[in-house]
Amino acid sequence: MLNPKLKLNPKVWNDDVEQVPIRKGFGEGLLAAGELDKNVVALCADLTESTMMHLFSKKFPERFVEIGVAEQNLASVASGMAAMGKIPFISSYAMFSPGRNWEQIRTTIAYNDRAVIIAGSHAGISVGPDGGTHQAIEDIAITRVISNMMVISPCDAIEAKKATLALAKAGKPAYLRLAREKTGIITTEETPFELGRANLVYSPDGIAHVGIIATGALVRHAMLAAHSFEKKGIRVKVLNIHTIKPLDVEAVVALAKETGGKIITVEEHQKIGGLGGAVAETLSEHFPSKIIRIGVDDVFGQSGTPEQLIKYYHLDVDDIKKAITKILS
Amino acid sequence: MHLDDEKIIFLEEKANDIRESIIKMLLAAGSGHTAGPLGMADIFTLLFFHSLNHDPKNPSMKDRDRLVLSNGHICPVYYATMAHAGYFPKEELLTLRKFGSRLQGHPHREFMPWLETSSGPLGAGLSQAVGMAIADRMDNGLNAQKYIYCMLGDGELDEGQNWEAIMLAGKEKLRNLIAIVDRNNIQIDGFTEDIMPLDNLYEKWQAFNWHVQEVDGHDFVAVNTAINKAKSVFEKPSVIIARTIPGKGVKEFERDFHWHGMPPNKEQAKMALDELRTLGGKIKSEHK
Repeated sequence: MLNPKLKLNPKVWNDDVEQVPIRKGFGEGLLAAGELDKNVVALCADLTESTMMHLFSKKFPERFVEIGVAEQNLASVASGMAAMGKIPFISSYAMFSPGRNWEQIRTTIAYNDRAVIIAGSHAGISVGPDGGTHQAIEDIAITRVISNMMVISPCDAIEAKKATLALAKAGKPAYLRLAREKTGIITTEETPFELGRANLVYSPDGIAHVGIIATGALVRHAMLAAHSFEKKGIRVKVLNIHTIKPLDVEAVVALAKETGGKIITVEEHQKIGGLGGAVAETLSEHFPSKIIRIGVDDVFGQSGTPEQLIKYYHLDVDDIKKAITKILS
Repeated sequence: MHLDDEKIIFLEEKANDIRESIIKMLLAAGSGHTAGPLGMADIFTLLFFHSLNHDPKNPSMKDRDRLVLSNGHICPVYYATMAHAGYFPKEELLTLRKFGSRLQGHPHREFMPWLETSSGPLGAGLSQAVGMAIADRMDNGLNAQKYIYCMLGDGELDEGQNWEAIMLAGKEKLRNLIAIVDRNNIQIDGFTEDIMPLDNLYEKWQAFNWHVQEVDGHDFVAVNTAINKAKSVFEKPSVIIARTIPGKGVKEFERDFHWHGMPPNKEQAKMALDELRTLGGKIKSEHK
């Protein structure tokens, strides 16, 4: 059952659940943040509409800087603006920022501890037809390894909006991971959101047999898989990790302990170094567990529809169900 | 601001003291860069003792000019000039590159918060200076009174990111931005024109819509005049290409690219200090 404390979307199980791109929540959140604080500024590398930054740039053209196709400059110009008291949000595709400009992010943003928010759109393989060059599946790994850096990966557009507003006030460098495709709405305006605190979005009554720790656009997939086991009397809880760093260690360890160490991680990212990596690192230290990581298995993506790719790379609801069966056997 | 004769003599002496400090620092550190810091001692002296609007006793003064050091490896001259200007005790200079020191091998503002930025990886400073200039203009409009100075090496112009920043500054017409290129014609592997030709540097910057001046980087009056002129340009960012002699002040080090990334040993340091203290043999050293 849905965790009643979280006031989640009751329509989450429906096939016709409202679908909104996660990046749209970012665009709306940035606009709202800009209305609340005049120091919020936005910079983009020639993808203003794709990253939904145009909502801000149209309303506040005097606080928007078009950098052109120059992601390295994008990161460091933002660092300079933060040094002058601004709260810069930068956006591009995740493959290019934080992909191409990783060292600029490390040195000029994180090493300087400048509160720049790096919004990487089109993360994950569900980017689809653009193909492997545009599908960022390494971005969590390369950002979470940087000191001072928060890594945020919202599960739907509403959560993305809240994350954007929270990051505008956080005063820390952060990477905000955004998916391109329309994603089913899980949360509501009333759902609590706090950076660094994971939400148990699906929690059948009683002690769980299996725990799923999921992030981003696949959280709903994890919930659908968990839900399908409820009738069979198998209790699978789903923890939504919107903050991959700093990880909610307490919540992760609690779920591992509750399930006797049976954990599945789910993400649209390489198995190496992503959420699965973060959970494995944490649990091997605090509560060694059996972990099945669902993610892209050390290969690049390719063109296709999002649905085709999710199936091909074994990230679908059925793959999560198989993992649940496997971990119980 | 005009430079009178008395001030010029003061600056010359100060630059000489700073060069001595650089030699002592590098000897104590046992590693680091020699040529660039010696070559830029005159310009740093002019900036910290004449041009910059700053207050060493109040380093975070809100309306201070900003100085971004992009080529972080020449930080010995930055640190030495700051100490001589009163930011911190000169004795601390001998901790350069040592464990626990505020004077990190390449500048890190976590260790010394009144550095405007951290640097070392080349090519990222100008972008940050551009960001500062844009931010200040957002706050204060065309009447923004602060100047953002960015110190660049010539070799680091090999980095493509510089040209991204140069393009953006030209597009944004940042009149509050002054870049100073240390045109000493050397980089680690050799002479710049052998490694990766940069000329015609003047025309390159000009083509990106910058106001360009080329000066003798050891001539206080010339550099000062160029800075004043840069401030009078309204519709463009300015770059001053400062022709400098790497290793300036110590004949044995001058123009030799091997001194780019090498510190002097004890003998070489003694020789260098003797030369600096006698102003190249012009006066009798009291230290001899």
